[in-house]
Amino acid sequence: MNNVFIYCETEAGRPAEVSLEILTKGRHLAHQIKAKLEVIVLGHKLKGIEDELFAYGADIVHLGDHKHLAPYLTLPHAAVVAGIFAREKPRIGLFGATAIGRDLAPRVSSRLNCGLTADCTELVIGDHYDKKQKKTYQDLLLQRRPAFGGNIIATIVTPDTLPQLATVREGVMKKEKCTRVKKGKVVNIKVDDFVDREALAVSIIERHIEKKEVNLKNANIIVAGGYGMGSKEDFNLLYELAEVLGGDVGASRAAVDAGFEIHDRQIGQTGLTVRPKLYIACGISGQIQHTAGMDKSAMVIAINNDPHAPINKLADYVITGDVARVIPKMIKYYKEHTK
Amino acid sequence: MKGLNIIVLAKQVPDTRNVGKDAMKANGTVNRAALPAIFNPEDLLALEQALRLKDRHEGSQVTVVTMGPVRAANILRDALFRGADKGVLITDKKFAGSDTLATSYVLSRALQKLAPFDIILCGRQAIDGDTAQVGPQVAEKLKIPQITYVEEILAVSKQKITARRRMGNGMETLQGKLPLLLTVHGAAPACRTRNARRLMKYKHACTPSEMSHQREDYIRMHEHRHYLDLTEWNVNDLQAEEAYLGLYGSPTKVNAVTNIVFTARESKVLAPTDEAINALMAELVEHHTVG
Repeated sequence: MNNVFIYCETEAGRPAEVSLEILTKGRHLAHQIKAKLEVIVLGHKLKGIEDELFAYGADIVHLGDHKHLAPYLTLPHAAVVAGIFAREKPRIGLFGATAIGRDLAPRVSSRLNCGLTADCTELVIGDHYDKKQKKTYQDLLLQRRPAFGGNIIATIVTPDTLPQLATVREGVMKKEKCTRVKKGKVVNIKVDDFVDREALAVSIIERHIEKKEVNLKNANIIVAGGYGMGSKEDFNLLYELAEVLGGDVGASRAAVDAGFEIHDRQIGQTGLTVRPKLYIACGISGQIQHTAGMDKSAMVIAINNDPHAPINKLADYVITGDVARVIPKMIKYYKEHTK
Repeated sequence: MKGLNIIVLAKQVPDTRNVGKDAMKANGTVNRAALPAIFNPEDLLALEQALRLKDRHEGSQVTVVTMGPVRAANILRDALFRGADKGVLITDKKFAGSDTLATSYVLSRALQKLAPFDIILCGRQAIDGDTAQVGPQVAEKLKIPQITYVEEILAVSKQKITARRRMGNGMETLQGKLPLLLTVHGAAPACRTRNARRLMKYKHACTPSEMSHQREDYIRMHEHRHYLDLTEWNVNDLQAEEAYLGLYGSPTKVNAVTNIVFTARESKVLAPTDEAINALMAELVEHHTVG
């Protein structure tokens, strides 16, 4: 009762990065409200996974190991998670804002009729004053998220229903192991109690997981292009620079909308959040939609024709000029002066 | 196989890709009037998937449902121009301030009125909220399965649908029993354009609320052309319970809204000359930022 619950995604039998990030955040939240941290992890052949979860602070691991639970399908996972929530009555329930978490969490919220906030980038415990009722709610989960196309940050609360549910953006919370690891408790879920025939109405015919072809999240150097690049072909130059520097290529939403790049490379409010060592923004004007996803980069170089582009305010170095002329110079210098 | 009854859930959204400063009201809700209202982009992609099914399965019918103010009927007309057969507007002041859960309740009531249906399609998410929650929440209220992030519907036969979905790290082909709800991802093919003949045919389509502002001859024209009638439902038509509606029925509340302020960095401005760029690259190499 009243604990903090994390839904843990798995990748090849291990906890997903995003889940460990949320576990770390969940541990701090649980500490603050003097609650326990519980994890639900569902899949097949998960032997030993609990140790990794204990290392990140889980007090209790609810483990569902069953052939119907891997790979992920909406209905069996929703049935188990909603069933456990209904029984354990958590105070907070957190999911990754991934293709899985965003598929599952709304289903759970709808079944339990409780509030859900999508794509949170910050979670803190705090009070909420309701002006109409003249009532203060204490120790609620304040759920912060970019809203309205990334132009504002909204703080959302769920005052009257439990659990307070949220999905959390990938890559924005820091994952950190506990300094002192305690061995927690494992509760084996009786999966058949929750998953009936109807939960198997959808089946997987084919599955193709790309071995992280696009792995921008972990790239140290990102060369990103915007609408100002002009065309898909002009992105080749960015790939050339990225390859020379050992980085990867990203894009703004405007560039993706225009068809210059695929959605997997989109950086910003509706794409990825990245924090590389070096971010080279080429032909990007710097709408908040985009900068929300890259403003934590250690160093930013902006290359743009427009001396007044908003991105320039965020940049450590601004090169006012034509991308097509500047980048070849960078490549040339780098090739001549290294190795 | 007889035709399919396909329903598309669509939303009229403010074009958040171009937001000015005065677009927010003091209470944290959106001042939609300050922005151009458009057909939510991914909902248009959902409409295209529906129209492709209609092309493949003779006798199918595509109904577009939207919830919003009266002017949201604009996207219903737009859908008719592109090939939809019917439009339903769900509108009531009592819906104002609904969060995703309250919205999904209202939509599920409307869908129950439109049953039996085979396929429900909607965009993955709307550009004003980017939550991607309403689709799955509706599916759960209707107790039907879902496939989210769909890029293409591959086949429908024998009460089964096969669709390919795009996840962050790969693709999946799923098969599910009808009725089923699908949410369509931005990577799906674009919607067909408005058809000139349909535009002429349906340009006067309107809802009863819109009709009440019209002249008599206009109303008389409608008496003979029932295809111009857009359906309009309110709380009573849906027999919706007020406890689940609007601000009151929404479990999530806005606590605060803040504008994003980025701390500007101290930037050095460089000219695009060889010397300046070489010096910058030398510095990056020296500090091991690159290399």
